[in-house]
Amino acid sequence: MFPARIWREMPQRYRLEAAKCTKCGTRYYPPRLVCKECGSRKFENYTLPEEAILQTFTVIRTPASQFSDQAPYAIGIAKFDDGLQMMAQIADCEVEKIKIGMKVRLEFRKIQVDGSHGVLSYSYKFVPKWY
Amino acid sequence: MVGIVGYGAMIPRHRIKVEEIAKVWGADAPSYKRGLMLEQKSVPTPDIDTITLSVEAAKNAIRRAEIDPKDIGAVYVGSESHPYAVKPSGTTVAEAIGCVPDCHCADFEFACKAGSEAMFVTLALVKSGYMKYALAVGADTSQGAPGDALEYSASAGAAAFIMGTKNVIAEAVHTFSFMTDTPDFWRREHEFYPQHGGRFTGEPAYFRTISGAAVGILKKANMKPGDFKYVVFHQPNGKFPLRVGKMLGFKKEQITPGWLTPRLGNTYSGSSPLGLTSTLDVSKPGDMILMISYGSGAGSDAFVWRVTDRINDVRDKAVHTVKLLDENQFYVDYGTYAKYRHKILKNK
Amino acid sequence: MREVAVIGIGIMKWGELWEKSFRNIFSEAALNAIDDAGVDHIDSLYVGCMSGGLFVGQEHVGAIMADYIGQKHIPAAHVESACASGGLSFRQAYMEVASGMSDIVMAGGVEKMTDVSGDGATYALATAADQDYEVFHGVTFPGLYAMMARAYMKKYKTTRAQLSAVPYKAHLNGSKNPYAQYPFPIKLKDVENGVMVADPLHILDCSPITDGAAAVILTTVDIAKKLKKPIIKIIGSGMATDTIALHQRETLTSLKSTELAGERALKMAGKKIDNVDLIEVHDCFSIAEIIVTESLGLFKPGQGAKAAADGLTALDGKIPVNTSGGLKAKGHPVGATGIGQVVEIVKQLRGEAENGRQIKGNPKVGMAQNMGGSGASAVVHILEVA
Repeated sequence: MFPARIWREMPQRYRLEAAKCTKCGTRYYPPRLVCKECGSRKFENYTLPEEAILQTFTVIRTPASQFSDQAPYAIGIAKFDDGLQMMAQIADCEVEKIKIGMKVRLEFRKIQVDGSHGVLSYSYKFVPKWY
Repeated sequence: MVGIVGYGAMIPRHRIKVEEIAKVWGADAPSYKRGLMLEQKSVPTPDIDTITLSVEAAKNAIRRAEIDPKDIGAVYVGSESHPYAVKPSGTTVAEAIGCVPDCHCADFEFACKAGSEAMFVTLALVKSGYMKYALAVGADTSQGAPGDALEYSASAGAAAFIMGTKNVIAEAVHTFSFMTDTPDFWRREHEFYPQHGGRFTGEPAYFRTISGAAVGILKKANMKPGDFKYVVFHQPNGKFPLRVGKMLGFKKEQITPGWLTPRLGNTYSGSSPLGLTSTLDVSKPGDMILMISYGSGAGSDAFVWRVTDRINDVRDKAVHTVKLLDENQFYVDYGTYAKYRHKILKNK
Repeated sequence: MREVAVIGIGIMKWGELWEKSFRNIFSEAALNAIDDAGVDHIDSLYVGCMSGGLFVGQEHVGAIMADYIGQKHIPAAHVESACASGGLSFRQAYMEVASGMSDIVMAGGVEKMTDVSGDGATYALATAADQDYEVFHGVTFPGLYAMMARAYMKKYKTTRAQLSAVPYKAHLNGSKNPYAQYPFPIKLKDVENGVMVADPLHILDCSPITDGAAAVILTTVDIAKKLKKPIIKIIGSGMATDTIALHQRETLTSLKSTELAGERALKMAGKKIDNVDLIEVHDCFSIAEIIVTESLGLFKPGQGAKAAADGLTALDGKIPVNTSGGLKAKGHPVGATGIGQVVEIVKQLRGEAENGRQIKGNPKVGMAQNMGGSGASAVVHILEVA
């Protein structure tokens, strides 16, 4: 994974930076250049909350090669209270205990390791909200 | 007044019991448990490392400090398990909490006192007026060689402290550092596991150094053990901190709130820092806390902290250390532990 | 716009074709189509292929195929819309004839997926999803559809057996298709007993990795009449896109791109979904067929699984779906799938489906729905016997 690709997404991957259309309020994560709803090019940055509600999930048992040692792992889609959704792995939870509708927190985790000498990629995973 | 403005901890969920490790190596679990005063240790999953633990601990510290992360002028992460040999863990932590780009950054290492070193330096930067706030983190996902005594205790955890002069929670009244060249525990470049001098790590290293720092700071502060409500020592196992405490004239009740190793293991650079966060969680305004770290090689950083009124306002703004330690624990077997800790060689 | 008809179809046996190369697989299907059409020259070529580059290191797919099928110097284009590449290739070819730009155009599709490892294929297929916000986190294609399946099954209380009805039917039909990758029936229980790929999807809920190609030849209805070919007219073509990321869709349990593509095709054809006699749908996963049949308006939301289980979409059912065996039994050489669907529709409308797969009652109108990724694109075509 070439460093520029990882570096460019850091504001979104590390700090959950999103954008809101100043004209019609539609929200985007990641931010875009143009609003799909009203065509405006003006946005205001904001940060996603660190809690969400799980909408669906699955357990990946045949992963792509970068994730082969981690299988099986759960991955799902969670919704923030402003309506935006995000996909991330679900960690620290027994697979049988994962339920649609459960509250999750976003916790900073290492997402990908590029072999023994490549750059490390970080972002968030969902963990059950237990405090 | 200069001191801690925000503090935070992070400990992974997974654990492994001493019996589980002893079973594989044919060791006598009860005698390890007695000898080390150790029940279990924390185990990081493959997606947890020094950087991820530091970020979460730092966020908890920011929650208690109630500051804008942009006002943090320096980020120092002390660890002996930095994910990169070249590229500071602090760069990712700083980027994640959003205090870039106007920020100083460096990684610290000094075996288990890399975290307290960061604390030592950040206090000075803030006291001298160089910057408004500075972040110090002690974090590790340390490794013990398979079958070695250290495998029972080497664990993972992080503690973060934001130092400042405004809204201080615990004032740094005195600091003192004691250091010599004592090769009790080390790791050569490119080696995966550390080496140690067995019993040499005890009296000539840990005990001598901590005592040296204790004598030094008590003299400087003109204080006695009885003047402190709590004391936190570096805790490589459950036994050493109790013994050095007794040697120096402290009582067990002073040590208990910060005595985590029996259930946590040795979080290396997080060891005394997490002992401190755990102690702050129960402390009251006016309490005096003595903290003495220890890093093999060898050195100790000592701090006298005075807790202020503000502790009552911020204590509950982030999760307490013992909650992270004692609740929601997942136990793993040795095979899973070996897999998580990359101890299994796979053919490329 | 001129009226356009399909006058030639070409397909070959799909499967793990170790001895056949990327260019030869396509050539075989293309030549079959040329023979079927009875022409010797085509004016232009569209080749649907998801990723010649990632699978065999070959881009410039339009040019290489024009070269290898012996059509010197013709214009040729590589068309890509992930798994809807074939359907889109058909649409482009249709537009070129309808617009008057060319008279005889081939729409083909091809994919050679077995020259890479399983990991390599997973990686290539994942490029159809959102690389930076879905694949980055470790999701795979089965994972995306599994998430849709879980949300659907929870919402509508669908049972495992109802879901299994789809691959069961696919194999029943596919066992009659001489070109299918897996021409054999399976038992209903085999589906839930198979190895789990991404909960709740088991291996038999998932379409396979396949090498294959298909091609069709389009021309104007007038030229078709002159050539005295059975005239299967293209009466509707619709396409729509949707958000690339599954988590940015309006809902997880329906497919808007298919809904809109279907509506647009039906509007153009002046037909309603009830007028359609058979449909080839994109059953990349069992749940996909269920949701697609609802999105096309065949069944109410939540009823698609029960309808499949009750046999409404069987060969002799009210509305036969995937008489070819679908992607599950026929195979899913990604870029070729959309064309393969058209080949089946044409066979059925001509009355030429083999081995007892032919629908009774002289079907007149057929629909092909082809979809890309987790539904970010969909192409629907409607064909009618003239």
